[in-house]
Amino acid sequence: MQGIELMEDSKPKVAIIDYEMGNMFSVEHACRYVGLDAVITSDHETIMNADAAILPGVGAFSECMSNLKKFGLDTAIKDFIETEKPFMGICLGLQLLFTESEEFGISSGLDVIKGTVKKFPTLNGDGKKLKVPQIGWNHIYKNPESSGWDDSVLNGLTEKEFMYFVHSYYVVPENSSETLTLTNYCGIEYCSGIQRNNLIAFQFHPEKSGKEGIKIYENWASKIKNTEILN
Amino acid sequence: MFTDVVASLYERNSLDDIISKVAKEVFIPLTVAGGLRTIDDLKKAFRAGADKVSINTAAIKNPLFISEASKKFGSSNIVVTIEAIKHADNNYYAYTDNGREETGIEVLGWAKKAEELGAGEIIITSVDNEGTGHGYDINLTKMVSEAVSIPVVAHGGAGDAKDIKNVIDDGKADAVAIASILHYSYAEKYLEEHKADFKEEGNVSFLNSGRNYSKIQKTSIEDIKNYLSMNEIECRVLN
Repeated sequence: MQGIELMEDSKPKVAIIDYEMGNMFSVEHACRYVGLDAVITSDHETIMNADAAILPGVGAFSECMSNLKKFGLDTAIKDFIETEKPFMGICLGLQLLFTESEEFGISSGLDVIKGTVKKFPTLNGDGKKLKVPQIGWNHIYKNPESSGWDDSVLNGLTEKEFMYFVHSYYVVPENSSETLTLTNYCGIEYCSGIQRNNLIAFQFHPEKSGKEGIKIYENWASKIKNTEILN
Repeated sequence: MFTDVVASLYERNSLDDIISKVAKEVFIPLTVAGGLRTIDDLKKAFRAGADKVSINTAAIKNPLFISEASKKFGSSNIVVTIEAIKHADNNYYAYTDNGREETGIEVLGWAKKAEELGAGEIIITSVDNEGTGHGYDINLTKMVSEAVSIPVVAHGGAGDAKDIKNVIDDGKADAVAIASILHYSYAEKYLEEHKADFKEEGNVSFLNSGRNYSKIQKTSIEDIKNYLSMNEIECRVLN
């Protein structure tokens, strides 16, 4: 497979927000692969000047939040989202957008999306043991309350597509109409994808989900290019 | 999963180059194992593109390395590999250095301790069965999987797709690791397609002989997944 080749300066710039947590390498390479110019940065101005931004993240919620604050990235993220330029949160980058997490008592999040982050229980409703973290491939399917995937970056993916998940906590948004995808782990159905205008965020890792995951990056890259033209 | 099986023996950790090459082209999760001894080694592996790292020898030498690593990199990214050998007393004991060094540590207790210290996943390797094609050690896998609440990956012994089904159904494995059974058919295909030998590989006499172990059926990932899907084990099958 060959990535899309474009002249370096004609490629849209994506800021991958660096707060010293997690594997940004695969996110960076997925961006490059679909013809985006990715830069890993914690600089407020570089982020604001980018055409799009990604908030990745792996690790503990509270530690990630304190790192974001330490680098002043909490305000940078909120400022960027306000510009309505394309923004994507991945894994913990989805959870951090929420009001609060119940990890280690209650930790405050960025409060961009109203709702909480909860830990998977050790037993499901039928008393069956849950292995936590969930590590592996699981389905994403459409939220019956949402308008479907055709206008989203999931355009072209089939219902119940497999994506790759690694997480112990899941998000519970107050407004379920912003839920783009649902996933069921051992009987617990939860929100695995959010969309609000140009903001999208996923619990799974599109950059680790094979060619279907890369399709999401491709769709996102075309959205960024269209947004650029409109601006 | 990439493992340098003699890394601890030679005190090396040199997979970083191959990992970063693979991570640029392959968009599925990569686990790196072999000779990872310090937080700095782990950091380098993650930088090179690993999604998860697996530790054994270093964790046995210093169990607190597991908690240190999981705090630093997130517990879901820290895998502990346990190399198990069954002794005459019918208990399983953990080994290091790819089954060469005995530790005297009993497997079940060690698995629970690894979970407690923050391991996100356990790979349980049956050294006795590895490479034999006799099937996974069902008892060993079941014992560990039922004792912990983190995912357990069965490793060592697959001879055909049915062995994989058995260790999921009876061994309660949350995932399986396979290697040998994929290599034989790949090597055969490679020989046919390239009309070549394995000049660029190291020790080639075995590959060129075209031999394989009679217990190991030549198969591919697609065949295995199709077999599992037909037997009601859900897995990602590509169209």
